Amino acid sequence: MSVKVRIPAPLRKLTENKTEIEANGKTVQELIENLEKKFPGMKDRLCDETGKIRRFINIYVNEQDIRFLENENTKLKDGDEVSIIPAIAGGRKDSAFLK
Amino acid sequence: MSKLYLKKTQLTEMFTHCRETFPNEACGILAGKDEQVDKIYPTKNVSPTPYTRYLIDPQEQFKIFKEIEKENLEMLAIYHSHTHTHAYPSKTDCELANYPDVFYLIISLVNPKEPVVKSYSIVDGKIKEEEVEIND
Repeated sequence: MSVKVRIPAPLRKLTENKTEIEANGKTVQELIENLEKKFPGMKDRLCDETGKIRRFINIYVNEQDIRFLENENTKLKDGDEVSIIPAIAGGRKDSAFLK
Repeated sequence: MSKLYLKKTQLTEMFTHCRETFPNEACGILAGKDEQVDKIYPTKNVSPTPYTRYLIDPQEQFKIFKEIEKENLEMLAIYHSHTHTHAYPSKTDCELANYPDVFYLIISLVNPKEPVVKSYSIVDGKIKEEEVEIND
């Protein structure tokens, strides 16, 4: 499945500043593996050590947050648009419990 | 990045949002073109501990991003309030600063009658104070 992936500013160093790229995968999980092949380092930015999407990374398939679909197992079809959107957050004390 | 241009009325609008949200932290997005802020999006802070942290509602953020794009604007800045500390990024602010190409505005309410706004860029955890010009 070929999908269009929108890359946010902080990840563009990995994509040679491309804001949109084409990638493949039948699920979001497969898409992330494909992105990692094309742009090494991408998976580490998107997923934690257990392979789950990081808490402060939001991924949308078309208009839908994958957390309300099937998370990493969300299915993709040709022509889908996937948006990677880092959360906007901060705070006063150390962020230990956020991680 | 060079500097951010804000209208007085926009600054007042942000201060009002921050005061109304007190004692919780307020947060929002500023959009515009050519460094001039055109639109303010006060957002909902959905952090489970809004007294000390902020997290913009991801759904709302996504909608705002779509709207900004539709209106042919750019996200220029992210703002949030420091309710009890000065207008300088905290360690957590830096760790979670995911947008290196926008300004981070911090509004300090240490003296609620006279809020202070400061602008920063935060790139790879490095903080740099940036200029913000208030115009009419």
